[in-house]
Amino acid sequence: MKISATRADKLATVVFQFSAWLSVVVLAGIFTLLLYNGFKAFDRIRPQEFFLGYTWNPSGYSAPHYGVLSLLGSTLLVTCGAMVIAIPLGIGTAAYLSESAPPRVYQILKPVIELFAGIPSVALGFIGITILSPVLAHVFGLSNGLIALNGAILLALMALPTIITVSEDAIRAVPKTFREASFAVGATRETTLWRVTLPAAMSGIITAVMLGFGRALGETMTVLMATGNALAFPGGFFEPVRTMTAAIAIELGETAQHTTHYYALFAVGALLFAISLLVNILSETIARRFRYSQS
Amino acid sequence: MILSLLISNKIEIQHLDLFYGAKQALKSVSLSIPEKSVVALIGPSGCGKSTLLRSINRMHDLDPKVRLDGEILLDGHNILHGNTNLNKLRRRVGMVFQKPNPFPKSIYDNVAYGLEVNGIHDKTRIRAAVEESIRESYLWDEVKNDLDKPALDLSGGQQQRLCIARAIAVEPEVILMDEPCSALDPISTAKIEALILRLKERFTIVIVTHNMQQAQRVADFTAFMYLGELIEFGRTSAIFEQPNQELTRNYVSGHFG
Repeated sequence: MKISATRADKLATVVFQFSAWLSVVVLAGIFTLLLYNGFKAFDRIRPQEFFLGYTWNPSGYSAPHYGVLSLLGSTLLVTCGAMVIAIPLGIGTAAYLSESAPPRVYQILKPVIELFAGIPSVALGFIGITILSPVLAHVFGLSNGLIALNGAILLALMALPTIITVSEDAIRAVPKTFREASFAVGATRETTLWRVTLPAAMSGIITAVMLGFGRALGETMTVLMATGNALAFPGGFFEPVRTMTAAIAIELGETAQHTTHYYALFAVGALLFAISLLVNILSETIARRFRYSQS
Repeated sequence: MILSLLISNKIEIQHLDLFYGAKQALKSVSLSIPEKSVVALIGPSGCGKSTLLRSINRMHDLDPKVRLDGEILLDGHNILHGNTNLNKLRRRVGMVFQKPNPFPKSIYDNVAYGLEVNGIHDKTRIRAAVEESIRESYLWDEVKNDLDKPALDLSGGQQQRLCIARAIAVEPEVILMDEPCSALDPISTAKIEALILRLKERFTIVIVTHNMQQAQRVADFTAFMYLGELIEFGRTSAIFEQPNQELTRNYVSGHFG
């Protein structure tokens, strides 16, 4: 039986169909713009210099250098550092929240964690500069605490709410009967968590981690403020770095339009976009491989 | 009860009350379960038969709202006592669930799991126990070449037999079965019933069932429950042919339920 659509229904359908397609058009537009302008960079810079060059120094006096590797290395260093901190902490917290937190504790922790996701990144950057960096400088005996580690810790804090919330949902979605079956052969709660519940939730947990990774990868303001913005190739967690996002944010506003530098920054943006896309596709693929186990 | 004088009882439930919050789900249930026999729990939905079953391996401990009073004696020891080791208890009292629930692991790992979590790490011993349990569950010929395939690829009936293999692998003394055939077709059901009849040579089996023919086919004794109370308990033939209670007669003859 088909219910005849009223005029309002039809209008709503058209409006929402339009807005759905609009997001597709906007995304395609952004990608095209980045690629179009990014490719123009290679009219002036040799691709091997861009992709294999270690030096990013567009305002070099004798000759400008547009090697993206130092920016890419910085981004990967800070992001992966953040993940090393956030993954175990996030999954552990999610497991605690879903498996053993008393209801009263849960009712406090859950909203606080969700609120954490809403902290503006500039505020976290502020904390990074004024509190975390002096602490790091003191603890590790450095002259300056605005280093990669500082950014990694802050990005971990930013990625944590996402990882915790999505992992918790995944762990909760594991059928109760799996847990019961495990208890019924005499397994402890801990064994059940490690050997049954977490593996069964793996598809969702991988999605959570990838979402957190994506969040950290694209984050700009915090790393711009907290990591010192040195242009050299990163020497480790205790060195200042400049990530791809920070380079674009700092340099684009001060670059004359249609110059080599201008197009080079678009190329950096396109590369960043490609990396996030790759991470997304990868996580979908991995998550799907685990998903069969879920129902 | 006269029965308890003739046969040694594996489990004695004495005046068991169970509360879900304020609601009382079991009312002073007393029941003796003889060793190496099959006892069926029957009754209409909501009568407390599954609740009673899950008390015997303390599955209710997962739910903080549940409170138990009374005694459940397993070989004379009260398992409701606060210092009972639940992991040891559940190794002795295994369980098969209503819906087949193999882990999302391989067939082999499903059965090996119980052995591993109980501290057995000797690979050859595990392998032998896995094979024996799967053979015992009438499943070996169907899966012997696919032991490393996902258990969830098996049919429902095969999955349930795998769950039985998983339960018997840790060599329990009692097996609790919560409507093990309710999700299965008649052929799979017949295989499980044949299996139950063989397993009772080694184990004490308590089975909850909605299917009264099933109770008559597999159970030595049958308990009829209604609204949280045990109405009548006796030899299966007596319960179905000459029940003492009007309520039992009405239920087993299909007047309600």
